[in-house]
Amino acid sequence: MINIFCVFSLRYYQTFPKIFMENLALKINGKSYSTDADPNTPLLWVLRDHIGLVGTKYGCGIAQCGACTVHLNGTAIRSCVLPVSSVVGMEITTVEGLSENGTHPVQQAWDELDVAQCGYCQAGQMMTASALLKNNSKPTDKEISNAMTGNICRCGTYHRIEKAVKLAAEKMK
Amino acid sequence: MENTQSRRNFLKIASSLSGGLIVGFNWFSANAFEAQIINPSLENTLDFNSFLAIEKSGKVIIYSPNPEIGQGIKTAFPVIVAEELDVDWKDVIVKQANFDTKKFDRQLTGGSGAIKHSWDRLRKAGATAKYLLKEAAAQKMGVNSSELRTEKGFVIHSSGKKMSYGELAESASKIKAPEQVELKKFADYTLIGGTIKGVDNPDLLVGKPLFGIDFKREGMFHAQIQRPPAFGMKLKSFDATEAKKMPGIVNVISFGNKVAIVGKSTWEVMQARKVVKFEWEKEKNLESTEDHNRIFSDLMNKKETEVRRKDGDIEMAFRNAHKIVEAEYQCPFIPHNPMEPMNFFAHVREDGVELVGPTQNPPDAQQKVAKLLGISPDKITIELTKMGGGFGRRLNADFALEAAELSSIIKAPVKVLWSREDDMTGGIYRPAVKYRFKASLDKNGTMTGFYLKGVGMNSGNSTRQDNFPVGAVENVLIESVEHKSPITTGPWRAPITNFLASAEQSFLDEVATAAGKDPIQFRLELLEKVKSNPVGKITYEPNRFIEAIKMVAEKANWGKQKKGIYQGFSVYFSHFSYVAQIAQIEVKKGKPTLKKVFAVTDCGVVVNQSGARNQVYGAIVDGFGHAMYANLKFKDGAPEESNYDKYRLIRYNEVPEIEVHFVNNGIDPTGLGEPALPPTGGAIANAIFKATGKRLYTQPFVLADEKLESIV
Repeated sequence: MINIFCVFSLRYYQTFPKIFMENLALKINGKSYSTDADPNTPLLWVLRDHIGLVGTKYGCGIAQCGACTVHLNGTAIRSCVLPVSSVVGMEITTVEGLSENGTHPVQQAWDELDVAQCGYCQAGQMMTASALLKNNSKPTDKEISNAMTGNICRCGTYHRIEKAVKLAAEKMK
Repeated sequence: MENTQSRRNFLKIASSLSGGLIVGFNWFSANAFEAQIINPSLENTLDFNSFLAIEKSGKVIIYSPNPEIGQGIKTAFPVIVAEELDVDWKDVIVKQANFDTKKFDRQLTGGSGAIKHSWDRLRKAGATAKYLLKEAAAQKMGVNSSELRTEKGFVIHSSGKKMSYGELAESASKIKAPEQVELKKFADYTLIGGTIKGVDNPDLLVGKPLFGIDFKREGMFHAQIQRPPAFGMKLKSFDATEAKKMPGIVNVISFGNKVAIVGKSTWEVMQARKVVKFEWEKEKNLESTEDHNRIFSDLMNKKETEVRRKDGDIEMAFRNAHKIVEAEYQCPFIPHNPMEPMNFFAHVREDGVELVGPTQNPPDAQQKVAKLLGISPDKITIELTKMGGGFGRRLNADFALEAAELSSIIKAPVKVLWSREDDMTGGIYRPAVKYRFKASLDKNGTMTGFYLKGVGMNSGNSTRQDNFPVGAVENVLIESVEHKSPITTGPWRAPITNFLASAEQSFLDEVATAAGKDPIQFRLELLEKVKSNPVGKITYEPNRFIEAIKMVAEKANWGKQKKGIYQGFSVYFSHFSYVAQIAQIEVKKGKPTLKKVFAVTDCGVVVNQSGARNQVYGAIVDGFGHAMYANLKFKDGAPEESNYDKYRLIRYNEVPEIEVHFVNNGIDPTGLGEPALPPTGGAIANAIFKATGKRLYTQPFVLADEKLESIV
């Protein structure tokens, strides 16, 4: 759903030749954006540096830790290795797009069970969990484990993550 | 602190901008506590240290001064203030204070020391404000304040008449603060000991910018820094001709042995960095892991040592021994790996320096930057952001210093970001260490001698000479030797003890086995001896040790397991807290799996059940994961692992069940960010011994691509 049309023209690029100014159209959290970032720029850095959505985190840059997880057409992907040019026209959802006020069942479960310690990885954890639950409302322990094992939590909050995924599943019934 | 004499002159000052009460309180000395009513316009005078503010609406603003790295201090501190104030928690607004040496002391995160240090200060701050509100209510109602009580933001008279804190704030601000206030008793707490969610949750869970890496300032540049690829190398030259032509790049410059790539976005900087041509040259020894192994062996046999403790006559104990047990333990270098890589924002201007970012140690950042730039520390402001973990890495402010140095050179605001590879290869590690233990037993299986030698890398004293079992043994010798390595090292969560405890608790298990005693009974006997007749100086309380041990034995049904279930025990005192753990291994078809860890913690009063439980769970996961896999190897001074494809961190599918209990005995609270980690490695190693007969002397327990079952 395109309800607002925002154009983010980076003033940084205004000094560069037109060749760098092929704008790419992105659909993020139901809004339309245009960016003149280099087409090879990973989605992560377009979100963070160009669009200003910093909820999606940089952890490893090689798709190993899951901190940068976002949804692409509803599927959890690692935005740190995905060139922005490859996601043009697709529905991108970031943690900011789960809900603006924390009312998504996954956000509610994460709050109620007070999952976070430092909290840095939790946006990625929630994006993985919400993608899982979107496609599978009653995941088994094994299915939860398979999904969540791609996301590192250095503080070791995995026990609460497990409970929160299950609580969120309950809430989504 | 400065200007103490003039403090009283400010006591009469009236209400705040919002017409409420502001209470300044002395952060620096709980004993010399002095609350004052201050006017915010005088905030910058030196006459108070920190404050809480009560608005007319009844909302209470509490400033939390300490850096938040995930230990939950930003929630726990205000909980303590709010408890004594008797305010409804939902009316509390918590704000992170900036670094301010005039308002706060010990404004750092390290050593699990914040709650212990500030417990009295925080309680007195809340209690003083409550006293003033009650006095104000007494005046307004025309009653004696002894007839008043407080509850959830109201002062209530015995007749039932009540007034809100918001209504009373302005009058309260005109009353002189007392020198002494009465504090609540443990049994009367209603908020402390409850389950309170992290105050940052609402912002965190919707992705608001909270962390240092999220900070942005209009016109700021992004930078990455190339450091020497190996410890012991220095920069010879670099050629940035191509890099400077790349889009978005504004400068490539060197300072010290580093080259900074400065540009307009992170990705452009990362790309340009790849095409800079660097030449490095050898400056010091380029150490490899095999060199460390050789150095450990050489130094372990070296006669010249630093003697850390000597009780009785260890040589005599060994000469007269019925049995001698001896073992060596070793662990590797490991990086901290906080999920948020190092970063800092700096803007060095003519009139002062602005620093923003994640640091556990703002005093260090301020002092180092002041020294570097030759300016007064009070010209440097530091805004504290939330941190994506720290684990000790952010106690060293090297990255803040880099940002400031770079900003001073390019004369512009800049945020320096370390890549994950920079973070893992850029230094400040938990150093590798090797221990030799030796114990003598008499015919009754009593430990008569205890010897420990630590060989460390840059760690000074790699032992803890006053910790258990010292105090329980007549003859003790503890000594250490240090190798100075060009590889940079620093504190890692539970410094020294993160491995020393694992080694020591494994060794004591081996000694108990040699003595023919149950490992728990063996320790309890030693602790009974400490109670009746301690040998020399000790830092721990044997009764608290004993209580935690007995409780974990009961919770885990120690000694009563069915076939195929094997338990290992460990207990450790660190950061003034006691943690006893039992790890439970299940063997199926000859293969061991860690099924469960029981933990009993005595950290005195549990301030926040949610935060406290999270710390214990996390510390056990951390202790298990690092004991199992963590290994940073070196080849010619360069780390061989640089990212999570090769360096293994514990994941969701690998954690055991964990059962957490607290003694919660009402004793003033002590540290919890670290103490639950040290015992874990030993508990697991001891359970593995029970299950397989194999002793684990070296961490990591398995190779990076193996499971626990590979041990067999």
